[in-house]
Parts: sequence; C-alpha cells; structure tokens
Amino acid sequence: MAERVLRWRTELLLAAILLAVVAVNVSLSPFYLRTGNFVNMFQLSIEKAIVAVIMTLVIVNGEIDLSVASVMGFSAAVVASLHDSGAVPFAVAVLVALLAGAGAGLLHGLFVARMGLPSLVVTIAGLIGFRGAARILVGDRSIGDFPEWFDRLGQEPLVGRFSLALIIFLVGIVVAGVVLQRSAFGRAVYVIGNNAEVARYSGIDTARVKLVLLTTSGFVAGLAGVLFAARLGSVRGNLAEGFELDIITMVLLGGVSIFGGSGTLVGVALSILIILNLRNGLGLANIQATTQTGIIGALLIASVLVPNLVVRFGRRWRRAAPEPGEVRPIQRPATVDTRRKE
Amino acid sequence: MRARLGPERLRELSLLAVIAVSVVVFSRLVDNYLSGSFFNRVTTSMAITAVLAAAQTLVILTRNIDLSVGSIVGVTAYLTGEYLAGHQATAPLLAVALAMGIGAALGLLNGTLVAYGRVPSIIVTLGTLAIYRTWLIDHAKARTITADSLPRWLVEFPQGTVLRLGGLDIRVVLAVAVLVIVALQLALGRLRWGRWVYAVGSNPDAARQEGLPTERIILGAFVMCGALSGLAGFMFLSRFGTITVAAGQGLELAAVAAAVVGGVSILGGSGTLVGALLGALLIDLLEQSLVRVPEVSEFWRDAVLGALILLAIAGDLAIGRRLRRLWTSSSRREREASVGG
Repeated sequence: MAERVLRWRTELLLAAILLAVVAVNVSLSPFYLRTGNFVNMFQLSIEKAIVAVIMTLVIVNGEIDLSVASVMGFSAAVVASLHDSGAVPFAVAVLVALLAGAGAGLLHGLFVARMGLPSLVVTIAGLIGFRGAARILVGDRSIGDFPEWFDRLGQEPLVGRFSLALIIFLVGIVVAGVVLQRSAFGRAVYVIGNNAEVARYSGIDTARVKLVLLTTSGFVAGLAGVLFAARLGSVRGNLAEGFELDIITMVLLGGVSIFGGSGTLVGVALSILIILNLRNGLGLANIQATTQTGIIGALLIASVLVPNLVVRFGRRWRRAAPEPGEVRPIQRPATVDTRRKE
Repeated sequence: MRARLGPERLRELSLLAVIAVSVVVFSRLVDNYLSGSFFNRVTTSMAITAVLAAAQTLVILTRNIDLSVGSIVGVTAYLTGEYLAGHQATAPLLAVALAMGIGAALGLLNGTLVAYGRVPSIIVTLGTLAIYRTWLIDHAKARTITADSLPRWLVEFPQGTVLRLGGLDIRVVLAVAVLVIVALQLALGRLRWGRWVYAVGSNPDAARQEGLPTERIILGAFVMCGALSGLAGFMFLSRFGTITVAAGQGLELAAVAAAVVGGVSILGGSGTLVGALLGALLIDLLEQSLVRVPEVSEFWRDAVLGALILLAIAGDLAIGRRLRRLWTSSSRREREASVGG
C-alpha cells in the first residue's frame, strides 16, 4: 500500500495543488462555479491540451517535438488556402490538411529514426520551416468565410455541452493512456525512454516506435490546427505561434521527465486542469494574461524544486542507513545533469 | 599534423565547406552578391547570434540548456536603454558592464536553481523564460525605448569600423564577438576550468566522483551565459535603438540552432565555441542571402531556412562520418605499418 502511494507521489502532489487552486478560485469569485465558466475555460485552450496528450508520449519516449505549433499553423493554412482557391470541396481540403500534418510528422520522424539526428534539432528546423510554409500559403492575408458547418463545429457544442474538440481530447487522452499503460507499444515507449541501448538489445524496433510517435504527433498537431481554425473562423500565417512552450509546460508540470522514461497521462491530465483553473482564476481576479504566464512558469519550477528540497531535508533529518527492505521514495530523475541516462 | 586535426576540427572544416558552397551557389543566383555592404549586413546580424550561440554552448557543454536567453536579451536591452536615456553621460564601458551585470544576475538565478535546487535546466529556463518576460512587461507598462532618447554614441556604435580590408569594413560588433569567442575558446582549451566543463558534460557522475566541484562549474556556466546574453542585449539595443517589451523574443531558438548546427552535441561534453560561431555564420548567411534571391519572396524565407538547416546538419553528419572513417582507417594503417616495420 505504502509503495503504491509513493509510486503516485507526483500525481498526489498535483491533485493537492489542483484542490488548492480550486479552493482559492471559489473564494475569489462567485462566477467561478457556474457551468458556463467551466465550459469556457476548457474551450479556450482545448487545442493545446489535445497536442499535450501526444507530446506526453513523445517526451516519455525520450524525444521532443518543438514543431507542433508550426505544424498547427501549417495545416490550418492548408485548409484556408485550398478553400480560398476553390479548387476542391471543403471536406477534401480538411482531409488534405490532416494528411499534411501527418506528412510533416513523418518527415521529422524519418530524419530522427532513419538518420539518427536528435529530435530537438530536427524539430527546431521544422518549427522554422513549417511556420514558413504557413506564411507562403496564407501570405499576409486573413482567410475566413469557411462553410457554416465548419464554423459551427468549432464554436458550438456537439453533444450536450461538449464541443467536438473537447470530445476529441477526452477520447484521445483515454486511448493514449490505455496504449501507454496497457499495451506492448506503451511498454516499448517507456523502455526506449529509459535506455535506448537496452531497448535495442532486447529486440525493440526503436526506429519504428520513434517514427510512429513523431508521425502521430504531426497528425495530431494538424488536427488541432484545423480545430483551432474552425474555432477562430479565420486563419492567419501566425496561427498558434509560440504554443509549443505552453504545451511542453503542460506535460512537464505533469511530472513527465524531460529525459524520458517516466511520467503518466494522469499527471498530465491533472496538470492541464491546474493550468486551466489557474489561468481562469487569475483571469477572474483581473490579472493579465502575460502575468499569468509568469505565474505558471514559477509554478513549473516550484513543482520540481519543492519535492526535491523536501526529499533532501527529509534525508538530512534521518541520516540513518535505510532499514533492510525499506522503500525509499521514488525520486524523479531530476538530478541536475543527467540529460541522458547511462 | 593529425593531432591538430581531431574530430572537432573535422566538423568545423566540413561546416566551412557547407558555408563556402552556399556562398558560391548564392553568388550565381544573385547579382552583385559578393559586395562590401552585404558582408556588413551579414556580419552585424551574425555578431548577436554568435555571442548568444557561444553563451548557449557554454551551458550545453555541461549537459544543460538555457532557453531563457531571449528573455535575458530583452530585459538587459530594455533596462540598459532605460538607464542610458536617463543618464546620457554614462561611459560606454560602464553601459556594457551594466548590461552584462544584469545578465549575469539573471543567469545566477537560473544556475542556482539548476545546480543547487537540482531542477532540470529545461524546466528552470522554460520557467524563467516566461518569468523574466513577464517581469519586463510589468515593469515597462507599455512604454517603448526609442532611438532618439539614447546617447548618440550608442546609436552610432554599430557603424563603428575597426579596420578596412580592401572593400570590406570590419565592424566593431563583429570584432567584439569574434574576440570574446576566441578568448573563451582558448580558456576552454587551455585552462583547468575548461577541462572541467567538458568533464562535467561528458559524465557528470564520474566528474563528481573525481571530486570536481560540479555544482560550481554548472553555476559558473549559467552565470557566464547570462553575462554574454547581457552583452548580446547591449548589441541588440545599439543595433535596433527601438526596444519594445517583445525585444529578443525567439532568440533562444536561434542560439540553440546555431550551436547545434555548429556541431555542439546537445548531450553535452562535446563541441567548440568556434563551431558555434560558424553555425551562427551559416544561419545568418542563409537568412540574409535568401532575402536577396529575386525568386524567393519574403514569405518563402522561413520555409527555405528550415529546409536548409536540416540539409546542413544532414550534410554535415554525412561529411563528418566519412572524414572520421578516413581518419581512423589511415591512422590504423599507419599503426599497423609501424608495428610491422
């Protein structure tokens, strides 16, 4: 039992933070507990949350995808420019945009998995390149006037109070959670993230796993871009610019190790809830969006710093050697300088 | 001879080859490409990227990363500009020291959290990237530093020329950047401290067991990174004159890209500052050249740049592997020959 509690240490800490944030919000504003507020809160960052789900798998695998925001912009630009040229029916344009996102991910995946280049470098190039591609397609225009069904899909609830994007997020996080925790593929993702050499020697096709993950990441980013276009009702070249930082913050705050090999989607779901509630509460308290970003940055650092300090000072208090069979708290691999585990 | 041609030199040589090829290709595409004014434009814009790439390299060598350099550039440029606007008589060296001091203080905070707080650097600097920028926005209250509020010497600083080679002017900023990088490279190569930096990045556990002061080395790398970002902030201020709260946004990516294109391993422990300088040169050369190709509209620039960076690292990898194979096989042959004889 104790072991089980310790294993979910990070998630418990996050749940406590979430409760604190909610409690403060409730005391802060009478508007907070209204259902409309909750729906609104989700609606405003739903695209980032969708991408954070796949980003979790990518980071657990020991890679990173910095290009997601640019791929979002790129796929939205594909929809917009195809619509603008009037060459194809709108549904086909959406389909092409989704394929374009997957294609972008496949390109990154080929460079990482087949050529062995670091994903950080490849996706920085993708970040610059696909933003450029979006600018080529849209120019300095703002393309709108999408079919009515498309705008409605982005802006109005589909089932009950749930919008299409929210449903995609909920289904996505459950499917991804099952794949990560319960399937052979998910185990391979963890093993590769822990130690790619060991994974290779134990017969896991590491290149294929990376290729699949990065391609899926591109596809999901493309999907999120199209959903964002539907919600906004128009597309510019700078759509979703800079979102990668928010998305990565959502994942890392959820206790996923940047070095790969550890972290769960439960943690990421909690961290998304914390960020959304915090932003919402700060907004209700009339604190500006830029200041909110700074506060979330401080929270990100504190979420790793505080447990580290607690563990360190705790150890200083009971200096005695560990009892035989004693369960030491599982530390995150948060030591300062192990970018890769030996 | 071979002692001097280690794998890192080979990397730099292959990068130089890529740079030379791009110059030749662009000179075919663009009329009047190889001119003095173009040289100036590339070198002034490169100076800032190069200083930041060197700053980033120091941190990356210790197996860390600093994503907050763009925000440090913004904060130092703004605060230095604000101070100079109010104190017109400030001596130039004092202004530079002020900028580097502010940068070093911000780097100190990053380094303390990483080295002593044991928080991974990517988390710390992702956080301070937002925190420093937020502080600047709160502090500035939507005011902008304008060029006409600054002392004349500062605005004229980017045009300052050290010496003239034929038709080419060597600007002060370029000279400063190259001097700083060469000095630091010598220190990394010759001083005990330099060996320590590489040791910490190659194998932190081994370094600690050897009794190296790993915490202090990492802290030092972050402080120097902050100070150099402050220097870049000063250059940024003098180059643009007009500083908004968004100044320097996104420069962290350019710095990381330049370092990595320059052959600095993102896993720490390998790479040189000269490599980072060449990486910065390649990126700025491509960026400035693309603007001048008539067939490439301004919208195409980023897309082509991204593709070229990918091509450059892939090409560099291929050339580097081939050279290394040649190098090891020839040294093996020599060894066998000497054993046989």
